[in-house]
Amino acid sequence: MINYFKLAYRNLGRHRRRSLLSGLALALGTALLMFIAAFFQGEMRSAMESTLRLNSGHLQVRDADYDPDKLSVAWDYLIETPQQVAAQIQTLDVVQTATPRLFASGIVSVRDESVGVQIIGVDPASPANAPYRTLMAGAFLTADDRDGILIGYPLAQSLGLSVGDKLTLLVNTADGSVDQQPFTVRGIFTTGTTAYDKGIVFLPLAKAQAFSGAGDRASIIFVLLKDREQAEAVAAAISSPNYQVKTWRELNQLLVLVNDFSDAYLVVINLIILGVTVTVIVNTLLMSVFERTREIGILSAIGMKGRQIVTLFLAEAFLLALGGVTAGTLAGWAVSAYFGKVGIYFGDLGLSADMLLEDRIYTYLTLESAVNLIVTAFVITLLASLYPARMAARMEPVEALHSAQ
Amino acid sequence: MEVAKLTNVTRTYKIGQVETRALNGINLTIESGEFTSLVGPSGSGKTTLLQLIGCLDQPTSGSVIINGVETTGLNRNQRADLRKGTIGFVFQFFALIPTLTAYENVEMPLLLNGKSAAERRRRVMELLEAVGMVDRANNRPDQLSGGQQQRVAVARALVTNPKLILADEPTANLDTENGEQVMEIMKKLNKETGTTFVFATHDPRVIKYANRVVTLQDGVIVKDVPANGKS
Ligand SMILES: Nc1ncnc2c1ncn2[C@@H]1O[C@H](COP(=O)(O)OP(=O)(O)OP(=O)(O)O)[C@@H](O)[C@H]1O
Ligand SMILES: [Mg+2]
Repeated sequence: MINYFKLAYRNLGRHRRRSLLSGLALALGTALLMFIAAFFQGEMRSAMESTLRLNSGHLQVRDADYDPDKLSVAWDYLIETPQQVAAQIQTLDVVQTATPRLFASGIVSVRDESVGVQIIGVDPASPANAPYRTLMAGAFLTADDRDGILIGYPLAQSLGLSVGDKLTLLVNTADGSVDQQPFTVRGIFTTGTTAYDKGIVFLPLAKAQAFSGAGDRASIIFVLLKDREQAEAVAAAISSPNYQVKTWRELNQLLVLVNDFSDAYLVVINLIILGVTVTVIVNTLLMSVFERTREIGILSAIGMKGRQIVTLFLAEAFLLALGGVTAGTLAGWAVSAYFGKVGIYFGDLGLSADMLLEDRIYTYLTLESAVNLIVTAFVITLLASLYPARMAARMEPVEALHSAQ
Repeated sequence: MEVAKLTNVTRTYKIGQVETRALNGINLTIESGEFTSLVGPSGSGKTTLLQLIGCLDQPTSGSVIINGVETTGLNRNQRADLRKGTIGFVFQFFALIPTLTAYENVEMPLLLNGKSAAERRRRVMELLEAVGMVDRANNRPDQLSGGQQQRVAVARALVTNPKLILADEPTANLDTENGEQVMEIMKKLNKETGTTFVFATHDPRVIKYANRVVTLQDGVIVKDVPANGKS
């Protein structure tokens, strides 16, 4: 057996710098691919997590007539006896937590400035509030607080509010009129998602109900599951004509769509990067085919067949790919891991509540997509190398021998 | 026994509209054990003829039979197969593979012929011995002189025990001493192993070793005489 790898290794060594550079191109390409994949995945994961944890939950139970766009607290739209409904749902095994929430629209005003906000009444004891419990200052709400309010950091900044300051809150009430009342800032929260934090204020559920005239009713039962893939099953289990039960997929159609599309985008970006990289490799091999025309003629004259010549060049491509892809994988992995820890700061991208993104994006690379990338980079490099390799094999020995004389 | 038999062989090259008739109606038979020189002025068709005998090229018309096998109509792989078992080449330029050592260069045809490691080792050493290159076995071509490289090329051409060695101006790039040395080696191997040699050459030093001299002119054999080659 001819040791093609030994020959290939020596041939690559003839132009060490050139081989190194084309290996480097492949390494850079692979690293870039990994980083982009990690970025996309991190972004989608963050969008998914933020949106589900902060906004939609895994399931929402609503009154059959509820219209989420109106933020109305008219009794017709609300769930009666929400505590009982929540408690019932909570008994299911796959449910992590279920808690009533009341949504109302309001206006915060301080001195001569006012800002429209969404008022959310939450049960202060519920574990579902965890994402709002990161406080810049002050304390979280307590159930019996009658004039305390929790506001987001960006809102506090823009209105110049600190813990202990007073503000006036205006609310659209159940009977269609408006009520207003002074509140004291108890705490300033941050979820790390500016788009969300700037437009939300929290009140204890009981206070929100009383203030808006919603009685003991609630807008939704906010449900988190132990496994979000169970959402459809749970929705079916708790469905009833009195309620509409919405899964996170239904609540976040745009996000789910973007998530699906992001895979397709990724494939396109991958192909572009690989296309560029592979051109470098093919170019290197073509150069070495042309330089070695006479040598190919000699090998052919002493009886080497086309298939063996192809193998010889493919072995070179294989070694280049092995070195390049390995180095690229290590580099790409390292960079992705670094930014997975530290995050990349983007600030408020101004996205709507349909798709919340944290201000920092943390790269995230699954083993599956890493393996996919490695295999793709390898296979595409080898496939592209077939072209110069076959070109070498097709040379007529006479012409090959003539060429360099 | 006939090692090569060419009947009415013509080879024309066409470049654009211009047709060059490099060989025109060649009839030539090479018998086993010959040590033959092809001579003639530059452009007379010596190289073209060697390439046809060596199955590196195919005639425009006529028949080339090598070692009893009709070669016209063979495909590329079949010709490669025929070459690797039957024919060895020595070129004017020192046609060694630059990344391989002298040893590995000589070993390559054996690898292509699928010989065992032990047999390869034995044959390579035998041939390096025969051309006096054993002590340079592990040198790369760029560490060898022209004469040494050509001796390695001779060893490589002979290592598979081919019926026929074709050498195109093997001494053209060598000084007198090295040229003589290479010729001496080939003559010795011709006598010891009975391998057939055909040379294309202008070099009187080569011609004086030949036992047959075929003269070409304008693609035609104009003279074919026995010689009493120096031995
Ligand atoms: N690949 C080719 N394409 C076109 N014409 C060619 C080719 N090879 C050889 N010829 C022509 O064929 C004729 C014979 O060439 P060939 O190389 O066989 O001569 P030669 O006897 O070997 O000459 P020299 O002694 O200079 O090596 C020449 O006229 C040459 O120009
Ligand atoms: Mg010639």
